[in-house]
Amino acid sequence: MTDKLHLDPNEIARARTAARTIADQVDQYIRQRTTVAVERTVLRLFGVDGVNEEYVPLPNVVVDHALERDLLANGITYPFVGAVLSTGQSVMDVAMQIAAGQVDLAAIDMPPRAEIEAHAKRLATAALAGIAANRAKRDDYLERLGEGAKPYVYVIVATGNIYEDVVQARAAARQGADIIAVIRSTGQSLIDYVPYGATTEGFGGTYATQENFRIMREALDEVGEEVGRYIRLCNYCSGLCMPEIAAMGALERLDVMLNDALYGILFRDINMQRTLVDQSFSRMINAFAGVIINTGEDNYLTTADAVEAAHTVLASQFINEQLALKSGLPPAQMGLGHAFEMNPMLEDGFLYELAQAQMAREIFPEAPLKYMPPTKHMTGNIFRGHIQDALFNMVGIMTNQGIQLLGMMTEQIHTPLIYDRHLAIENAKYIFNNARHLGEELEFRENGRIVQRAHQVLHESVELLENMVHLGLFESLAAGLFADVKRSVTGGKGLGGVIIRGTHYFNPFEQSLREQLGLTEAGADTAAGANKADLASQTTGVKQA
Amino acid sequence: MSSLSQTSLPGGRDEANRQQILNSQQADLSYKSRIAKADLTNLRPYGDTMDDGKVQLSFSLPVSDGPEAVEAARQLAAKMGLANPSVVHHEDIGENFTFFVLYGNCQYAVDYAHIQVPKVETSVLSFYEVNEYIRTHIGRKVTILGACTGTDAHTVGIDAIMNMKGYNGEYGLERYPEMNAINLGSQVENEELVKQAIALKADALLVSQVVTQKDVHLHNLSALVDLLEAEGLRDKLVLVAGGPRITHELALELGYDAGFGPGTLAPDVASFVVQEIVQRGLV
Repeated sequence: MTDKLHLDPNEIARARTAARTIADQVDQYIRQRTTVAVERTVLRLFGVDGVNEEYVPLPNVVVDHALERDLLANGITYPFVGAVLSTGQSVMDVAMQIAAGQVDLAAIDMPPRAEIEAHAKRLATAALAGIAANRAKRDDYLERLGEGAKPYVYVIVATGNIYEDVVQARAAARQGADIIAVIRSTGQSLIDYVPYGATTEGFGGTYATQENFRIMREALDEVGEEVGRYIRLCNYCSGLCMPEIAAMGALERLDVMLNDALYGILFRDINMQRTLVDQSFSRMINAFAGVIINTGEDNYLTTADAVEAAHTVLASQFINEQLALKSGLPPAQMGLGHAFEMNPMLEDGFLYELAQAQMAREIFPEAPLKYMPPTKHMTGNIFRGHIQDALFNMVGIMTNQGIQLLGMMTEQIHTPLIYDRHLAIENAKYIFNNARHLGEELEFRENGRIVQRAHQVLHESVELLENMVHLGLFESLAAGLFADVKRSVTGGKGLGGVIIRGTHYFNPFEQSLREQLGLTEAGADTAAGANKADLASQTTGVKQA
Repeated sequence: MSSLSQTSLPGGRDEANRQQILNSQQADLSYKSRIAKADLTNLRPYGDTMDDGKVQLSFSLPVSDGPEAVEAARQLAAKMGLANPSVVHHEDIGENFTFFVLYGNCQYAVDYAHIQVPKVETSVLSFYEVNEYIRTHIGRKVTILGACTGTDAHTVGIDAIMNMKGYNGEYGLERYPEMNAINLGSQVENEELVKQAIALKADALLVSQVVTQKDVHLHNLSALVDLLEAEGLRDKLVLVAGGPRITHELALELGYDAGFGPGTLAPDVASFVVQEIVQRGLV
């Protein structure tokens, strides 16, 4: 299975080196910053939940309160945990009193920093223990019930109503799905808070809320017992609340998370500084929670041509791999994305798709690659669409993909009906079973079309990455190197929520996660350096916020 | 509320408060009660929301593709009773024909709760149980003739029931030691089938009709009943019809003892035949 394409190991190494340099530049930059979302995440992990009288989530209320009083640069932990210690109240009580105007964080008589840090670490240790327990529970389920064979069959539910979603999700599990993704309501990625409670009205999807997570988790655990297979739950750890969603997912035992800043920058016009800082922390949480992240490179091909832009997908996968490593995500949790998006009328298009998928498999051998179905070239002709999906499934099984995001024949028409999903799963199951070991039986001609195509794509991505080293990721995105979309460093949504870290910045979760994920040394070294204000100007190709 | 409160606040919140949250979590567990239930007296198609009536259909029209053709397709769907008819695909398929795919919302409902469909009521026995049943209750070999009658040359159905190797893991009737099963094959005329039934002293006839046009299979099936009655044989044997468009109800209407549709396996048919023989005293 391993080497069919005879890829040049030196080229792969060059690509990784370039990507690592690019990731280092980004990492230096983001270590000097925090965001309102990161600080809200800290509060959520401390146990702040619920909403005020106007349904504003308490984490937002408290962070906004601190921001107005200029108390956020060293992290929300000092003022908030300081108030907890000083008042002798519980975390929730302090949050509610801030919301009620009964506690003013600027007027609190603060205990010494060391005392606050010690208490904050106790709170953090307890919270992380809860997340570790969730991870252990998942492992227990996997041990006891087992899981579907790879590629995991991944389908979406998107009714807008969580109570309708659970019906569809349980039906999908019985039909053979391994992963259920609850598509979010249109526009949720651009709202700067996480809605609260169970929701029944969404547009093109269902709001990601912690209660909705809990309900779906319970429903999938139940059906998993019945079908004798652990059913994974997926949501979208992206947009302006990226790290908060990561925390909620960790607390409610989600298993898979879309988690890709590049996607938000390019396709949701979220400010790149904001979302890269958010991503760094959210990926640490996902790493610790045992969550498989999915990246969104596949989307590049919905705007750019899949044949011409194939190398940008690979280049982005290399960068995402390095950024993930910087957050402590092991390769086994990296669901790097790619897609079957070439024009179906293209002669030998299937060969090029096979080359692309096999190339990703060989370059990222341990990653549970997330393989996306045709969307751009799907039409209202559902019968042809079903065949396009069949060819996609064929490539998926031949190249041993990790996660097969099933295509729906009604793509471009409506969010999946219950029988669309059934037909999609039947299609995949038939092909996966019928051609299970086909990949093992085949080798590609050494100088044939498939091999040559893979070599060409790898070579182009090496050139692109080495070029990007000079530009830096931020300028590269501004130049439109990915997806034909141009985004500026100071443009997009959410820049106002980026804050330069103060000299005493403290985030007990980040600190603890860096330790537990083996990021200690780099973290300590660079964080210390980053606290020197003059380092800001050293970051390559990056302008100040 | 979330598990957050349980995991991250050891001692942070007083016990009463914690208990209150646990109680509200218990109350929330009734999420199942929030799931919409089908109204069985007004049953409608389901797409992704209860009672949305979502229907998919496809057809072709004998006109060339164009805006008028699309509108014609839309109007037809509306006349079929679909609200919000939407043409999602239209394509010239040659010779002035256009192919359409449409979606709409069915506005009709049916009373599922009061539907009664006749079904084969005998219990299904396994291969071994059928043979044991014959030895115990009949005491001699049971002769069964199978045939695709009339113009039908598609033996896939009767073969799946009769052939030794059977289908989908179930042996066919030829493998049953207590049965004398004879497959006459395809395009057997009714007269020939009756002749063989008399000659071989058949206990049961299995008639398969797979591919038909303009309801020719119905005429053919009822013609056999007439013939058997004319020969005075109808009461002396078990008469069974099978095929993709056969239902038990249809078979009863045509004067058969049972009808078997798609998905039927040999034990289904064998179980019915042997129990029917005993019940009717044809032993």
